[in-house]
This record gives sequence, structure tokens and C-alpha cells, in this order.
Amino acid sequence: MEDDAPVIYGLEFQIHIIDFDDENNMINKNVLLHQVGEIWHISTSPADGGVLATCYNKPSDSKVLTCATVWRMPKELEPGSHESPDDSSSTAHTLELLCHLDNTAHGSMACVTWEPTGDGKKVISLADNHILLWDLQESSSQAVLASSASLEGKGQLKFTSGRWSPHHTGTQVATANDTTIRGWDTRSMSQIYCIENAHGQLVRDLDFNPNRQYYLASCGDDCKVKFWDTRNVTEPVKTLEEHSHWVWNVRYNHSHDQLVLTGSSDSRVILSNMVSISSEPFGHLVDDDDLSDQEERRPEEKSQEPPQDSVIATYEEHEDSVYAVDWSSADPWLFASLSYDGRLVINRVPRALKYHILL
Amino acid sequence: MAAAAAGPGPGSGPGDSPEGPEAEAPERRRKAHGMLKLYYGLSEGETAGRPPGSDPLDPTDLNGAHFDPEVYLDKLRRECPLAQLMDSETDMVRQIRALDSDMQTLVYENYNKFISATDTIRKMKNDFRKMEDEMDRLATNMAVITDFSARISATLQDRHERITKLAGVHALLRKLQFLFELPSRLTKCVELGAYGQAVRYQGRARAVLQQYQHLPSFRAIQDDCQVITARLAQQLRQRFREGGSGAPEQAECVELLLALGEPAEELCDEFLAHARGRLEAELRSLEAELGPSPPAPDVLEFTDHGGSGFVGGLCQVASAYQELFAAQGPAGAEKLAAFARELGGRYFALVERRLAQEQGSGDNSLLVRALDRFHRRLRAPGALLAAAGLAEAATEIVERVARERLGHHLQGLRAAFLGCLTDVRQALAAPRLAGKEGPGLAELLANVASSILSHIKASLAAVHLFTAKEVSFSNKPYFRGEFCSQGVREGLIVGFIRSMCQTAQSFCDSPGEKGGATPPALLLLLSRLCLDYETATVSYVLTLTDEQFLVQDQSPVTPVSTLCAEARETARRLLTHYVKVQGLVISQMLRKSVETRDWLSTLEPRNVRAVMKRVVEDTTAIDVQVGLLYEEGVRKAQSSDSSKRTFSVYSSSRQQGRYAPSYTPSAPMDTNLLSNIQKLFSERIDVFSPVEFNKVSVLTGIIKISLKTLLECVRLRTFGRFGLQQVQVDCHFLQLYLWRFVADEELVHLLLDEVVASAALRCPDPVPMEPSVVEVICERG
Repeated sequence: MEDDAPVIYGLEFQIHIIDFDDENNMINKNVLLHQVGEIWHISTSPADGGVLATCYNKPSDSKVLTCATVWRMPKELEPGSHESPDDSSSTAHTLELLCHLDNTAHGSMACVTWEPTGDGKKVISLADNHILLWDLQESSSQAVLASSASLEGKGQLKFTSGRWSPHHTGTQVATANDTTIRGWDTRSMSQIYCIENAHGQLVRDLDFNPNRQYYLASCGDDCKVKFWDTRNVTEPVKTLEEHSHWVWNVRYNHSHDQLVLTGSSDSRVILSNMVSISSEPFGHLVDDDDLSDQEERRPEEKSQEPPQDSVIATYEEHEDSVYAVDWSSADPWLFASLSYDGRLVINRVPRALKYHILL
Repeated sequence: MAAAAAGPGPGSGPGDSPEGPEAEAPERRRKAHGMLKLYYGLSEGETAGRPPGSDPLDPTDLNGAHFDPEVYLDKLRRECPLAQLMDSETDMVRQIRALDSDMQTLVYENYNKFISATDTIRKMKNDFRKMEDEMDRLATNMAVITDFSARISATLQDRHERITKLAGVHALLRKLQFLFELPSRLTKCVELGAYGQAVRYQGRARAVLQQYQHLPSFRAIQDDCQVITARLAQQLRQRFREGGSGAPEQAECVELLLALGEPAEELCDEFLAHARGRLEAELRSLEAELGPSPPAPDVLEFTDHGGSGFVGGLCQVASAYQELFAAQGPAGAEKLAAFARELGGRYFALVERRLAQEQGSGDNSLLVRALDRFHRRLRAPGALLAAAGLAEAATEIVERVARERLGHHLQGLRAAFLGCLTDVRQALAAPRLAGKEGPGLAELLANVASSILSHIKASLAAVHLFTAKEVSFSNKPYFRGEFCSQGVREGLIVGFIRSMCQTAQSFCDSPGEKGGATPPALLLLLSRLCLDYETATVSYVLTLTDEQFLVQDQSPVTPVSTLCAEARETARRLLTHYVKVQGLVISQMLRKSVETRDWLSTLEPRNVRAVMKRVVEDTTAIDVQVGLLYEEGVRKAQSSDSSKRTFSVYSSSRQQGRYAPSYTPSAPMDTNLLSNIQKLFSERIDVFSPVEFNKVSVLTGIIKISLKTLLECVRLRTFGRFGLQQVQVDCHFLQLYLWRFVADEELVHLLLDEVVASAALRCPDPVPMEPSVVEVICERG
């Protein structure tokens, strides 16, 4: 991939596409108008970079209803297309509506998540207490509800967040409602696991380890980030307690899953190095390889301490609560965070750590 | 001739004394002596009478050997005046005259003495002649006597030889007679049971018989003897084996058998085997006491029994063995040691089983006394059987029991602490049911503290028995050193305080919602308890321990400061957790109130919402609760009490003025900019930050958490115009009542401003309420 790392974030009624040119350290902004309402959630199709789904508040007189729609952005703004005109920042583009995920029967859409590996034809949306699987047909111009399931229980159950697992050939989805995390099988739309009281308070976000199929990260209002092995959900594998307020986002790095990014309403972004539960071995395998030919070097290698789980950096550039963080899909060492006051901060993984991981 | 030499000495003395004046007499005598000595050639040095300083060679010295009359006269004539010359002349004449008379006296006296000496010598000559004759006679008589004596002995020679031979024969015959009588005597002895006598006879005869066994008659006797001896030995063994008789009799049997030349090795084994039988019987009886069916006697009785029965028996066996088989050397000693080790081991196993039964009981004094007896009893055989190491093993057992007791007490203390906690929980739960105020928190805290302290003291007193002076094992190095420092101080006291901290901390770790099972008041109480420990109790308890146990050990011990730090950390964590829990309760209330309401379609606010009143009520309740246990703490001095209320009202209206521009949607960027600039200058608010040990800090923490939650919830909602106004009213109400609880009221203002500003941002139609109206509504509510 090129150094260009497009980042998309939503502001009321507008979608901004930010191009970050790594070589020239320049930021380029394109504005897409989103006239239908204020955006609460946004996600892009993994198969087609120009297709994205938004969840937005539909303005109405008495009630707020959150709807979800799939859009296509103008061709020249698609990531990777270098023919985009230089003066595009000044003009506002409009989105092309592809299809509407009809939720009149199900309530407000909390989030939309795309099938990670497929051809971008499957979407899951969470609406109040329903989990809906949609098939997008005819180049995404039509959405058909393929199957659905709903949570039953006392009180008002409401999904807050969901994540489609990249493993198991895309048959697993994890959702969060209140303090509980649930896993679903998309083929039968039945529950496969349930982590009761995963967090002391509301669970805000989930993310799957991109390389270890059973590992799941979650964060919530109890200021904690927890790592779970979905095969054994009685105890978290690891718990981080670095933030001093609600943690709104947790994201695994797409290539180096020891790097975990969290954003919190204590206005901090924390980059952690979770070596012990990452897919990359630390220490052992290297030793095994060296065993045969270089036995005399082993003692000194042993003496090197295995790397510890640690906080790499705390970014305090934001003045208000941070509500979104994500990694660049193009450059694994780049990430962005967005806070309430509208400030977008793009950061790099510290160089020393990058070389330490690479070499 | 000898008389001549002796004569003049004494004779000359008195002769010249009457002459001259008194002062001159000694000098004159000396002069006379000097002259005599000169005459007899005595050395110059011995003439002590010579005037000092005079030169013996001086020719002018009248008494000198080298006197020269010419020189002397010359000198006189030259030096002296006439008168002096005349004087010296008369003096000289007088001296010469005196000398002449002296000489005459001497000659006369010595002459007499010569005459008497000659007479004496003549008499002696006559006497010696008589003596010679008598000596001759004596010599002849002696010769005659010698002659007679030689003749007599020649005559007696023959008879003497015969007498000697006869005497020899007589002795031999007596011995032979003894030998011939031996079998019958032995038989008689055996019949009478006088085994000792029999063995003595046999011992006397054995060597002779051994020597002459080639003679048929002796052979016969020897055979007889052997038969009888064999019988004797058999009988002895019989008696020995029967074993009914006591240890001393057995020892006697063995002694006799040894004298009979029985193989010591075998006897040794047999002796030990018998001893084993007896001791095992003792052990069995002990074991029977231990058995579950009869009610076990108390431990003191048990150890007494074991001490007198088994240990006493073992002592007897050991001393008898050492007397009997001393000749066996190290191998024999080793055998005894092994024997003692084995049986001792079994005894110890029994004692340990008994002591294990004692572990559950609380009475330390009885146990210590029992251990003391046990240990004391075993010191005697310990000295006797040093190799078997029984004393060490006994000490080890005592040490182990002491350790177990320490563990037991630690358990007891922990249980007491947990019991206290349960009581507190019940006390905290009870008043809610009864609907009236139960015992105050302060009272509960005092109860818990005093009860734990009394438990600690009781444990210390109980454990202290182990080191009492009169207890035999208290001077062992373990009890002087390790027991005091590692056992009591570290294991018991420090261990308990640590475990108390851990127990308290575990309340913090209980996950999230389930943590609600712990009543917040308990958290608060524990936190205060730990803080009290940090300030006073830890050092008090440790000082008490150190004083009671006079820790002499050099091994490192946990310093008071470390323990205090741990207690403080625990207190801090508990208090922080308390803040989180209480903050969560209020947060949940606020969150529900924001999330469940339809803010778009609310009516114009007439009242402060009930939930806000509830929040203020709860906060006040918490304030009272915390105030019971914690001091007030410092507020940031801002204004005097009298002006506070007006100030807060004023500031609220002022701040409303400040965010007023944000209500006009035309300038959203300005608002952002304004709020950002304001944030740049205000400090970042750490919401879940650690708290200090005072009421204000605790309340500040709780309010911070609650308001931050309110802020975040508001940001997730969309407000209608009246929704915004309602938020405005609510926030003003909170501002009116919450400022008094926090350290820095500016903080409350900031957060509430944020809430209202966020609500305004989330409002499509932001028209704020008039501040005066807001105030009126709040004051009415």
C-alpha cells in the first residue's frame, strides 16, 4: 500500500475524508454532505473502499429514531484513487444512496458491521434488542433481511456495540448489551457464548484479535479493558486498568496484534503492548530455532528478559473526551483519535518500538 | 701449734683497754690489731681499722708498712711548731711504753697454754693403747660366732627343703580337692539357686581345667562342670527369658551369663529384645489411651504417663546396657542407639498424635506444661543416649508444636477479624430493617478495633507461655531467637496485620456490580480502621510484641514503617473504592434519569426533577456517614461562609452569561473555540483519582464521578428546547447544593457548565431559560 492513509470520520451532517500524506506530512480534507441526519456510527465495506454504512438520527418532531443506510462515495474520493482533484477540499460532495436498511419494525440502529472477509454483501446491524443479518443484492442497491434474532429478558435490553469476527469463515459475531458480551453464530443466528458481567458497568466496545481466533478485547464504563478467550469466559485473560474514566474504544492493530489502542472520556488515548497474549511469540520459538545450531548463544539469550505487557504511550493531546480511535488500514504504525471538541489527532507508533517489533 | 695461733686474738684485747682517754681507746685497739695483722701477713684490704684516705704506702704513716722514720721526722720538723713537736714526742714515748707492756703480757699468757696442751696430748696417748687391746678381743669372739652359725645352717638345710615341698603338696591337694568337689558344689549351688556363687566357682576353676584337660581325671571333672555349667546357663537363660522379673534382675542374669562366657553379642541382642518387649507394652498402653473409643485423658496426664512409663523404662534399659556391655565398644553403643532411636521414634509418633488432637483446643497453658514435662523427661535419656538424638528429636517436636500453635493462633485471629466483620455487617443491616438509627459508625469502629486488639493481646499472652522462664525448653536457641522474631513477631503479628489488610483489600477487588454486596459503610469503616492501624495500632502492637518477647534474633524483621505503609495503602484503596461505589450509585441514578427520559418532547420545566433532589439527599447522607469517621479536611479557601451562597448564585449567572453565545447556532465554532481556550487554562479533571483521608476529598471524588457521568450521558442524547431548559434548571439546582461538599467549588461549576454546554450543543433549538427564572424555580424546589 501507499503511504497515503485515508481516515474517515463523521461530524454532524458531514463526512470528512482526511488524507494523510506521510511523505510530505500533509493533511488533505474532503467533505461529503450527509443530509439525512446526524451520524452516530459509521463503517466501511471491507470489500469495496467506496461503500460505507452510517447510522444516523432521523430528525423528527417528537421522536429520535436512528436509521442505517448504505452509501457509495463519489469515485474520485475513493481511497487509492490518486486522480482526486487538489481543490476538492473546497467543494462539498454528496453521497450516492445505495440502499436503506429498513428498521421500522425493529427500533433504533446502534451499529452496522460488515462481513470482514466476504465480498461485501453481508451486513449485520444491531437495532435495540434485535440482531439483523442483511444480504445486499444487485451491487448493494437492495438490502434483504436474511435472518434475525432478538434478545429476550426483563427490562429494556439494548445492544450497544457489535463486532464481526474475522475468523471462523465469518460465522461469528460478538455483541454487547449492558454488562454482557454475547457471541452469535450467523448461520443459525443462535447464541454460542455469553460473558455475563464482563464489565462492572456498561460495555462500550469490542474488538477481535485479527490473528488469534478466540481472543476478544472489550472495554467499558468501569475504566477497564479486558481480554477474553471465548473458549473460557469465566475469567478474563488479562485486564488493563490504565484509564481514569469510561473507555469508549478498543482496537487491535491489524498486523501486530500486541498493539492495542484505547480511547477514553478521560481525554486520553493509550497505546499498550500486550505481548503475553499476542499471536507473536516472545522468546520461546526463537530459542527453539537456535537450539540446534547455536547452543553456545543460548545462555545470553536466556538472560534477556522476555518483554512485558506494558503501556507504550499515553497521548494527552485531546482536551475533551475521546470517542473514537482506529488504526490506519494502510500503514500499520499509524493511528487516529477523535474527541468531543472535534479534534482529530494522528499519531505514529514510537519508532523504537516499531523496530523492536520488526527486527 | 694451733693454740699458738688462737692465743693472741682474745688475749690482746683487754690488755690495752684501760689506757688513754675514752675517745682514744677504740683507735688504739685498732692500731694494735693492725700491727698484729701486719705481722701475720693478712692482706691490706682486711684491715678495716685503717683511717680512711690514708695511703698504705705513705712513709709518714706510723702504722704503715712502709714507714720511713727519716721522712716522718723530716716532715714533723718541717711542718710542726715546737709545741706540737714536744707534744708528739711525749705522745710517742707514751705509746712506745704501752707497746712494751703489751708485748710482755702476750708472751706470758701464751707460755701457760703451751704447757697445758702438752699435758693433754700425753694423756691421750695412754688411752688409745687400752682401746687397741679390747678391739683385738672383739675380733676373736666374732670369728668364733661365725664358725658356729655356719655349722648350724649346714645341719638344718635338709629339713627345710622337705618342709617347703610338703607345703606345696598341701596347697596342690587343696586345689585338687576343690576341683573334685566342684561338680557337686556347683550342683548344690544350682539347686539352691545361688547362681552368683556357682558362677564364681566356675570362673575360678575354668582356667585350671582348661590347662589340664589332657589328664583323664581332670577331663572328667571338666566335662561334669561343663554339663552343670550348661545347665546353669540354661536356667539363667530361662529366668532371663521369662522376663517376668524386673529389669534389674534381668540385668543380673545377663551379668552372670556374661561371666559364664556366653557370647556377648547374642546376649546383647537378646537383652535388647526383652527390653523392647517391655517398652512396646508401654507404648501399647499409651496407644490405647490415645484410642478413639475411651475418652482420652488430658494431654498433661498423657505425657506424664509416657514420661514415667516409657521414658523411665528406656532410661533403665540404657543404663543397664551401658553397665553390662561397656566392653562391647562402639558397636554395642551403636546398637543401643539404634534401639533407642527406633522406640523413641515410635514414642514420638504417639506423642505427636496426641498433641495433634490438642491442636484444636484453646488452652495453651496445659499444652505448654505437658510439653515441658515431655521435654524435661527426655533430657535424662538424652544425656545417656546422646547418639540416639532423642533430646534433639524432642526439641524438634516441641518446636513443631509451637509453630503449629502459632499457626493456630493466626487462624484464630483471622477468624476473629472475619467475625468482627460479620457483626459489623449485621449491625449495619439491622437499623435499616428497624427503620431507626442503630449504633453509630464511630461506635462500631471502636468496637471492632478494641475487639481485634484484645484478641491480639490474648494470643500474645497465650503464645508467651512458650517462652516462660520455668519452662525447660524456653532456653533452647529456637525459642530464644527464631520463635520470638520469625514466629511470633513475623508469623503471628505481622502475618495477621497483613492478612487483615488483604481481607480488607479483597473487598475492593470484588468485581463491579457484585461489589455492591459489600455495604459501602463497611468499606468506609475498614478504611478508617486501616488508617488507625497506620497511625497508631501497628506500632503499638509491634512494640508490645518486642517488649514481651525481647527479640534477640538477628534475622531481618519487617520494619514498622513497611507495615504502616501497607495499612495506609489498604486504607487508601478502600476509601477510593468507597468513593467509586458511592459514585456509581449516584451515577446510575443520574444515567437512568437521562437515558429513560424523552428529552425532545418534554414540557417547559416547572420544577427541579425529583432525581436531582434525590442526588442531593444521597450526597448529604454520604456526607454525614463519612463525617462520622473522617475529619473535615481542607477546602480551597474561596470566600467566607456567609457569602458563599450568594457567590455561587452570582457565579452561576455569570457563567450562564459566558456560555450564552453558544445558544445561537450561528456561531458554533466560537463556542468550541471558547470552551477549548477555557479548558486550556483549567486543569484536567481526573475523575477516578485517588482520594485523601478526609471528608471533603471523599465527597469531591463522589461528586466528580457523578457529574462526569451526567456529562457523558447528556452528550449521548438529543434535547428539545425545554429539554435543555430542564437540564439548565437541574444543573443550577445541583450547583446550589453541591458546592458545600467539595474542596474546590470551581470544579463543580466547571463540570456543570460542561453539562449545560453539551446539552446546548445537542439541542437543535437552543433557547436558554432566563437565569432569574431558573433561580426562582430552584429556590422553589
